[in-house]
Amino acid sequence: MTGDVAVATGDEVRPPQGSEPPAGQAGGGPGERGFTQVLIDAVTRGNSVVVTIAAFVLAIVVGGLIIAFTNTTVLHAWGNLFSAPGKAFAAAWDTASGAYTAMFEGAIVNPHAVSAAFHGGPISAVFNPLSETAVTATPIILSGLGVALAFRAGLFNIGAASQFIGGAMIAGWIGFAVHLPIVLHVVVAVIGGFVGGAAVGGFAGFLKARTGAHEVITTIMLNYVMEYLLIYLLGLTVFRRPGNPNPISPTIAKNAQLPHLFGANLRVNAGFLIALAAAAAVWLMLYRTTTGFQLRTVGSNPRAARSAGMRPERSWIIVMLVAGGLAGLAGASVVQGTNFDLAPLIWGTYNVYAITVALLGRASPVGTVLAGLLFGALRAGGVTMQASTQIPVDIVTVIQALIVLFVAAPPLMRAIFRFRAPRSGGEQLEARGWGG
Amino acid sequence: MANDGIDLDVPAGQIHALLGENGAGKTTLMNVLYGLTQPDEGEILIDGRPMRLRSPRDAIDAGIGMVHQHFMLVPVFTVAENVVLGREPTRPLGLLDRRKARREVLELSNRYGLSVDPDAYVEHLPVGVQQRVEIVKALMGHANVLILDEPTAVLTPGETEELFRIMRDLKASGRSILFISHKLKEVQAIADSVTVLRRGRVVGSPPPTATDAELASMMVGRDVELVVHKDVAKPGAVVLAVDHLAVLDETGRRAVDDVTFEVHAGEILGIAGVQGNGQTELCKALLGLLPVEGGTVTLEGRDITGDSTRDVLDSNVGYVPEDRQEDGLVEAFSVSENLVLDVYDQSPFSSGLVLHPDRIDESARRSMAGFDIRASSIDVPVKTLSGGNQQKVILARELGRETHLLVANQPTRGLDVGSIEFVHRRIVASRDRGAAVVIVSTELDEIYALSDRIAVMYEGRIVGIVPPTISAGELGLLMAGAGSAPADERAEVQPA
Repeated sequence: MTGDVAVATGDEVRPPQGSEPPAGQAGGGPGERGFTQVLIDAVTRGNSVVVTIAAFVLAIVVGGLIIAFTNTTVLHAWGNLFSAPGKAFAAAWDTASGAYTAMFEGAIVNPHAVSAAFHGGPISAVFNPLSETAVTATPIILSGLGVALAFRAGLFNIGAASQFIGGAMIAGWIGFAVHLPIVLHVVVAVIGGFVGGAAVGGFAGFLKARTGAHEVITTIMLNYVMEYLLIYLLGLTVFRRPGNPNPISPTIAKNAQLPHLFGANLRVNAGFLIALAAAAAVWLMLYRTTTGFQLRTVGSNPRAARSAGMRPERSWIIVMLVAGGLAGLAGASVVQGTNFDLAPLIWGTYNVYAITVALLGRASPVGTVLAGLLFGALRAGGVTMQASTQIPVDIVTVIQALIVLFVAAPPLMRAIFRFRAPRSGGEQLEARGWGG
Repeated sequence: MANDGIDLDVPAGQIHALLGENGAGKTTLMNVLYGLTQPDEGEILIDGRPMRLRSPRDAIDAGIGMVHQHFMLVPVFTVAENVVLGREPTRPLGLLDRRKARREVLELSNRYGLSVDPDAYVEHLPVGVQQRVEIVKALMGHANVLILDEPTAVLTPGETEELFRIMRDLKASGRSILFISHKLKEVQAIADSVTVLRRGRVVGSPPPTATDAELASMMVGRDVELVVHKDVAKPGAVVLAVDHLAVLDETGRRAVDDVTFEVHAGEILGIAGVQGNGQTELCKALLGLLPVEGGTVTLEGRDITGDSTRDVLDSNVGYVPEDRQEDGLVEAFSVSENLVLDVYDQSPFSSGLVLHPDRIDESARRSMAGFDIRASSIDVPVKTLSGGNQQKVILARELGRETHLLVANQPTRGLDVGSIEFVHRRIVASRDRGAAVVIVSTELDEIYALSDRIAVMYEGRIVGIVPPTISAGELGLLMAGAGSAPADERAEVQPA
């Protein structure tokens, strides 16, 4: 047997260079990059916008199927599939579409309210769904920005809850214990919220910079510390509402409450503007300041950052201060905008939301705002859906989970939607090699 | 289009070299042969029969073996386990037949003098041996055609010699070898026939006896100066003085031990040595990237021992790190961002906290023109650039400001002839402007081409500082830790 080979190839599809950076390519560096780094790479330049939107559509479809097939009426109709097939499909469609219609009416606009407004009904009812969406989205966006910013510097901040509590505690305390004139009081409380969150986040950053303690561990642990600190404080007279046996703080002063934007009938308040301004500020910081340049360099390649004379430790502390401050603002927005007091469990599920919208928004300020609005709309709509169709609001959580699942599984999305693979196999193989 | 109408014939029992610059389409062509990429047109014939190679599996079945530029080995597995990966010999119950795997590895290893220990863990093996493991892996698949993609890029001169011996043995056993390279000397030394690729096309099949200049000009498409033209150095005052320096590496080993040397303005000191003899740690310590354990570093009369990297860079020091992608560049960043990676916080690129992207872009356009950086725009991520252009980005950045001392570690590793020429000219030009230059290289050609004096490092020590007139044989002995520099030949600097 001989080994003669003759090749004649024609045009090859991919140019060797100068093309768009490949999506879904996690750096491709040697194995010393940790899991966090790979995750962060995947988050910050993982999916295209198209994939994210497709994931949303797919989640809505699958969510609709789940709504339909967890409904007893629908299941009964399917029990009689062969005698009345039309009825079975109609029942499924009606249930799912009814649920989504209610959700839309609760999150965006309710046509009944619009027509009522033409016949003398309250105008505020027309905008109430959007107002609810904005109110729900505000803390989600703010805490999401905190996580997204940390991602940019290569840190996985799982401490949005602790930073949220830190902010809520200070903002709340300033709100009910301090007496200041109008405007000044609300501003001081908001700043207090930022400082409270920054202290907690900055502590995690300091620990990492000084001792190398991994931020994933410290931020998770700080979540517990802050949750129990809040419960402890609510047991002290300073924080306790007089005459109330429950661990709940006094209501904050009127002066410290975030003003409504469109009158008292709509809950949307200045917190929403703070969230949008914070997103703009994060963008400016990342792309228009030397500090942001450092953060991004440290986040993309800490070794190159060191060779260029930067100190990653410094960046870690700065980014965790600001990220914590943003989550602290989320806490302030809840205490000063909707709840008006401190209570245990005030952090709710914002920790999970923060990570989720940061992932979904690909750690960009704009993406995080959009993802936060989407989640705000789903939450606000879910409440209406449960009220008007008796479908549990938990289905919203399922839909959110599905979005994340699909976004996190690009190969699955490619298989379903027939997107093109990001890179030809050969180069991908090479990129996975090591030791070279 | 990476490959355009390429015709290539490899007869049995021959070593065929595929010569071309980076980005000429060599690797794409090999990926087509190995079934990793599908051709849009044309066909592959093996033993005269047309073959459709849809996957590496098909290629292996057709008798094609490949040794990639970056090894595909599992570090925590033994050699035998790695070699049988994907075609594990099994005993009943699906148990791995380790003994059979060992036996097969030993047999192949002995037949071709590969001296590979089947029980060694791959992570403990030197790069040269890892490569032989890859060769054993390819041979296990009964490869009649062996593709070696830039196999010498990671090898020391000695290891390269060893590889060539193995290649000749394989050839003698009737196998064909496709040897991909951009190193002219190696192609001349080992190849029976040559195909030169440029921009995805075959530009010629010169005999391997062709001269360096002929091969290089065919590769690059123009005449290339292989030897950098440089005038005699006019050394000035001492810029860098290193005195009894000791440095520990990351694992706590004494990587630099009692190193003393001086570099003058307008002079290039080449640090020769086999990879891993402390050169990298020396460079890092000079830049403040590794703590100094003992001794001092003095820059222009000022003690900079233990200064931060920031301070060292700000004292007009330029640094070209060994690993471009890991230490020199942020691959996801644009060309213009990479061009200011260590000056972004200085005027005119920023004032206080505020960054001025327009000025950064403006300066990037100038650098791109001045350093002939080939990229479609200043906004593309630097990882889409070829290695040569990436290195030009680093040089443009480090030489773009006032540089009194340039420390360059392996400045041309993995670059093609055209880019090497460019980098060398720039380094000599910065010397001629009065900079002191420290070049670390494991390539003797580079050491000879650039150095005004040569310091040889062996096991963390400088075993001799010699003039560039020293013979390659003597230099080789010094690098291997044998022999010492004759006292009367020691290079002394005559201040101008």
